[in-house]
Amino acid sequence: MQAIWVITKRELNSFFDSLIAYIVLVLFLGFSGFFTWLFGSDVFLVGQANLQSFFSIAYWSLFFFIPALTMRLLAEENKTGTIELLLTKAVTDRQVVVGKFLSTLLLVAIALLFTLPYVITLANIGKIDVGAIACGYLGLLLMSAAYISIGLYASSITNNQIVAFLAALFIGLFFHIIFDALASNFTGWVGELFNTLSMSDHFDSISRGVVDTRDLIFFFSIITVGLLLSELSLTKRNLD
Amino acid sequence: MNIRIENLSKRYGPQKAVDDISFQVKTGEIVGFLGPNGAGKSTTMKMITGYIGIGQGDIFIDDQSVKQNGDDLKKFIGYLPENNPLYLDMPVMDYLAFCAALQGVEKTRINERVREMIRITGLNAEKHKKIGELSKGYRQRVGLAQAMIHDPKILILDEPTTGLDPNQIVEIRKLIRELGKEKTVILSTHILPEVEATCDRILIINKGKIVANGTAENLRNQAAGQEILRVRIEDAAADAVLHELRRLSATDRVEWVDKSLNRFEIISRTGASAKREVFQLCVQKGWVLSELIPMETRLEDIFRNLTMN
Repeated sequence: MQAIWVITKRELNSFFDSLIAYIVLVLFLGFSGFFTWLFGSDVFLVGQANLQSFFSIAYWSLFFFIPALTMRLLAEENKTGTIELLLTKAVTDRQVVVGKFLSTLLLVAIALLFTLPYVITLANIGKIDVGAIACGYLGLLLMSAAYISIGLYASSITNNQIVAFLAALFIGLFFHIIFDALASNFTGWVGELFNTLSMSDHFDSISRGVVDTRDLIFFFSIITVGLLLSELSLTKRNLD
Repeated sequence: MNIRIENLSKRYGPQKAVDDISFQVKTGEIVGFLGPNGAGKSTTMKMITGYIGIGQGDIFIDDQSVKQNGDDLKKFIGYLPENNPLYLDMPVMDYLAFCAALQGVEKTRINERVREMIRITGLNAEKHKKIGELSKGYRQRVGLAQAMIHDPKILILDEPTTGLDPNQIVEIRKLIRELGKEKTVILSTHILPEVEATCDRILIINKGKIVANGTAENLRNQAAGQEILRVRIEDAAADAVLHELRRLSATDRVEWVDKSLNRFEIISRTGASAKREVFQLCVQKGWVLSELIPMETRLEDIFRNLTMN
């Protein structure tokens, strides 16, 4: 547990030292603030005291920003060879993977924390449904965690950060829209299957304020599979 | 802690990088790993540290198998990889503290250990700089510092003195010698005098196989077999000296080195030494023996003999 935290802390520091964290924070807050309050179907146009417009913007902006955060996590270490130093320390492959995963999740959580003023502002304008908003944030966090684990896997299979970024977007795209589009083109159990695999379906249901076990199982399955695959591609060096 | 390697093999695709090697290293011993590039030195070291998996055979550290308990054994090992990869964006002190924490050094002792390592490796002036700003030699010192930060019982150093200046090399060798008294050290190098200066034992590996294992002296004796003396005998006719030397019972061959200076090379019979006979001959004839140099087979020659096919 301690080793995981040591790695998480280093990765988080490295995000802030290399300016990546600031750039992503500014871009994320800029985007989401602009579309939540100033442009398009913003809060004032919708005229309801909820953050639905923010959640649907964040649903897309996080999808693009997360691969940019995860791409260097393992690809850079593979390239510079520091992975050898890291893995010969008294840590297991799993601790390395989980530590790096948590660091990115924490960064996303910090970004989301900076949007709390939105909630406070909204509470002053009208009567808000705290439960629904909390669920919306939970949905964003779970979705981020899923994409981080996908991004981490993409980063573990290459030593090129661009490849890691594109691979993460490519895999993510299936969950983000392609499965959803396929679901509406098929009927019966095939359609049902694609519907189950679609991120938007599960995200929408949570952000409406309904926390269903099926949604939780979906998110945690992606997270687990992503982390296990990342661990596997680290462990692969051991095979003959 | 003792390291015991048993019938270790590793293949990369069709190529055998390490081919059925066995050896032991005991506590307090410094073993030098020699071999041409691609001989399997680094591969063997990576297997000991648990970075790459063991092909066939096994490695035992104090009778614990690396194959089975690799993750538990990592904390006893300090490792300096080849090429010395480091996080270039981290300041030296932060990096060392990070390594100490990862190796399970207690929180209260981390600062003390970091300061100690900075003192030993002479990094004091650079300790706040980012590693990326340091020159190669200083980076090498950081690499050594991170390997020793948790006071490991086993040190695996892959080419520890590359990039260091001569003063630093002497210091690092001294440091390794001191550490080696209570630790188990395996180091690889291309610098042959370095092995003689620091190591108790030499392992020469070629094409994945161990071709020599012993002290520098042992290897010399094995390789040399016959004693070689270089002598200069003055106040005598060269031809007469040559004739007399050849008649000595202990000499096998005598050759000219420099006729005008009366220098000869005497190759003794296996197991015999011609030194006394040469001296007595000179006394008897009233010649002046002004030089008598026992020629050692150089380590370079042994190395070349064993690894050039």
